[in-house]
Amino acid sequence: MKSLKILSILLIVAFLAAGCGAKAPAELKVAVLAPLSGPVPTFGNSTRDGFLLAVEEWNAKGGVLGMTVVPVVEDSQCTPDPAVNAANKVINQDGVHYIIGEVCSKASIPVSEIANAAGVIQISPTSTNPSVTVDANGVTKGYIFRACFIDPFQGLVGAKFAAENLGAKTAFLMVDQANDYVKGLAEAFKTSFTALGGTIVGEESYTANDTDFSAILAKVADANPDVIYLPDYYNIVNLAAKQAKEKGITAPFMGGDGWDSTDLDVVAAAGGYFTNHYSAEDPRPEVQNFVAAYTAKYGSTPDALATLAYDATNLMFQAITEAGADDTAKVKAALEAITFNGVSGTIKFDASHNPIKSATILKVTADGVKFEAVVNP
Amino acid sequence: MQTISQKQKSIHIVTPNSFLAWIGKFLLILIALFALFVLAKNLIAKPTLFAQNVLDGLKLGFVYALIALGYTMVYGIVKLINFAHGDVFMVGAFVSFFAVEFLGLHVWPIAVFPDINPLLANVLGTITIILLSMVICVLLAITIERVAYKPLRDAPRIAALITAIGVSFFLEYFGLLEFVFSARFIPYKRPFEEMTWYIKDGIHQVEAGVTTPPGSITFSNIFVVIVIATVLAQLFLQYLVRRTKIGIAMRATSFDKPTARLMGINVDQVISFTFGIGAAFAALGGVLFAIAYPSIKTLMGVYPGLKAFVAAVLGGIGSIPGAFVGALIMGQAEILTSAYVSTPMRDAIAFSILIIVLLIRPTGIFGEPEKEKA
Repeated sequence: MKSLKILSILLIVAFLAAGCGAKAPAELKVAVLAPLSGPVPTFGNSTRDGFLLAVEEWNAKGGVLGMTVVPVVEDSQCTPDPAVNAANKVINQDGVHYIIGEVCSKASIPVSEIANAAGVIQISPTSTNPSVTVDANGVTKGYIFRACFIDPFQGLVGAKFAAENLGAKTAFLMVDQANDYVKGLAEAFKTSFTALGGTIVGEESYTANDTDFSAILAKVADANPDVIYLPDYYNIVNLAAKQAKEKGITAPFMGGDGWDSTDLDVVAAAGGYFTNHYSAEDPRPEVQNFVAAYTAKYGSTPDALATLAYDATNLMFQAITEAGADDTAKVKAALEAITFNGVSGTIKFDASHNPIKSATILKVTADGVKFEAVVNP
Repeated sequence: MQTISQKQKSIHIVTPNSFLAWIGKFLLILIALFALFVLAKNLIAKPTLFAQNVLDGLKLGFVYALIALGYTMVYGIVKLINFAHGDVFMVGAFVSFFAVEFLGLHVWPIAVFPDINPLLANVLGTITIILLSMVICVLLAITIERVAYKPLRDAPRIAALITAIGVSFFLEYFGLLEFVFSARFIPYKRPFEEMTWYIKDGIHQVEAGVTTPPGSITFSNIFVVIVIATVLAQLFLQYLVRRTKIGIAMRATSFDKPTARLMGINVDQVISFTFGIGAAFAALGGVLFAIAYPSIKTLMGVYPGLKAFVAAVLGGIGSIPGAFVGALIMGQAEILTSAYVSTPMRDAIAFSILIIVLLIRPTGIFGEPEKEKA
């Protein structure tokens, strides 16, 4: 008798609890793993701010599929171990099914192993290393995506811009053979530029320690190309562009997002172009609305990291909406088929879960870096 | 006496037997002929491009010469390879950077005399910057000498050498601190605007935005400044060493320190003076290098320092004309390798030339066989 009584009480309690659960607004937990401390805290802060802005906007619109988004912010320090700990914490303790992050490739890669094994969707906003979405055997990690283009893609877009917008017929490549980033961009540029009917009139290599580029630039002057592709970091660009001016070379230099620095010598590199993820001066309404909202909330212009975090978060929510349920297998399928119209461009995914998206071309002028065009691949 | 017998013994070990020596020499001659063939082929194929490369090599060589002078002079006097010299060069570049960027020292002639000839204003402004860098570097070098080398004057030479490496690391890693020079690449603002001319049917100025006609040789006012400054420095040094009292004292100290002291020469002062002169040239080299390659960083002195040291050894360390010639050879070797072999090979080939020259003439081109004093 007594045991029956207890059982019935338990049953009632259980029904009540279930009823309460159904009545309360449902929650959708989404985590961001950002390097808020460590070597690149500014990257982390921008990423978190972009993420939180997207979450706030979706909650203001009534949440994702009616569920209120609960943000979980974790510091992953741009370092593998803290990132792994943060990933384990949000997956196992907080029960998160969706992760935005990490920023750095070296932290995103170990996180992607954990997330993929747990069936948790991870979208890295800014990690460009191919191994983030593809494992050592070349197999795509099913639950892992990224919102940025991978490095060689910039070479493709750069070539397209040079051939179609600038009307360039000939190009000269300057490559640091020891730097995978530079090599990847240069190879992609070469392939695409040749495919578009252009000719590579010369290719010269140098090393990162070089300060004197006169021998290479003498060959450039001799070959007289329409563009010079130098997809290295700003320090090399500063040196090479200054020395090119002294050689009377007027062909524009072109490069990738390695140029994106306040230390870029805009006077020396004036007339050059580089590919980047986004520009705050882009007149498209998506960009201007985002810039206005971000500036109103944080008081500063969003950088590429904030933009990509914002895009990654919106991408996740749109995929969940399209999937129609908080079910990572369905969201994964939705992401693979998605066409997402973001601030940094329209995103579709290829078989390796790398986005096929437009890139922004920026022009260097003596007064600073200006928005030039958006190029679709 | 012991040193002499040791030296003779080592000569015996080094001397290879004649058959191997012949093979070695034959190989060297083959390499030299091949290099000459490559150069001649390119000279005939594109003479203007070749001339352009030689001109660029001269620019680099002249800067190396300024640094090499410091190595060779200090070695001549105290038999110490001052590895901190490349970092004094870096400090020289940074002092000029601060003077231009934050103090705006290079515009004082225009500020003081508004209707001054712009060329004269640029010259005066640049000289001011260079002098400031020189003063700071001289003070730095004399301090280093007093603190780190003087207490070791009578210690074994290897102790002083290790100390020199230590001082070099100290300057580099102190400079890398965020509040000193930081580890960033810093764009360098030149104290004057560059101007470029090209040679083709006479000398014409390059207009902004206008491509120079193909087959022309370009050179800039930076090249002119470097050549003038280095030649003046070299002449000044020759005058100083040959004609002045302090120069005689330097040569005497270099020749025989104890006897020089007995003759009433203040050897410590002479050594400090030598370090100071070397540092002044390094500062001049640093400013000119930063003007020529306008991106500076804390470790910028490492490679030029190493190459200038090689140039000094190549020319015969201890010999002032030797340092100059060695530096010019290094500059040509680097640029011509970069132009006709491949840029990543430039250091390998430049250093191979050193090895080859030292195999044939162990004392360098201008070096005299060392006279050991018993």
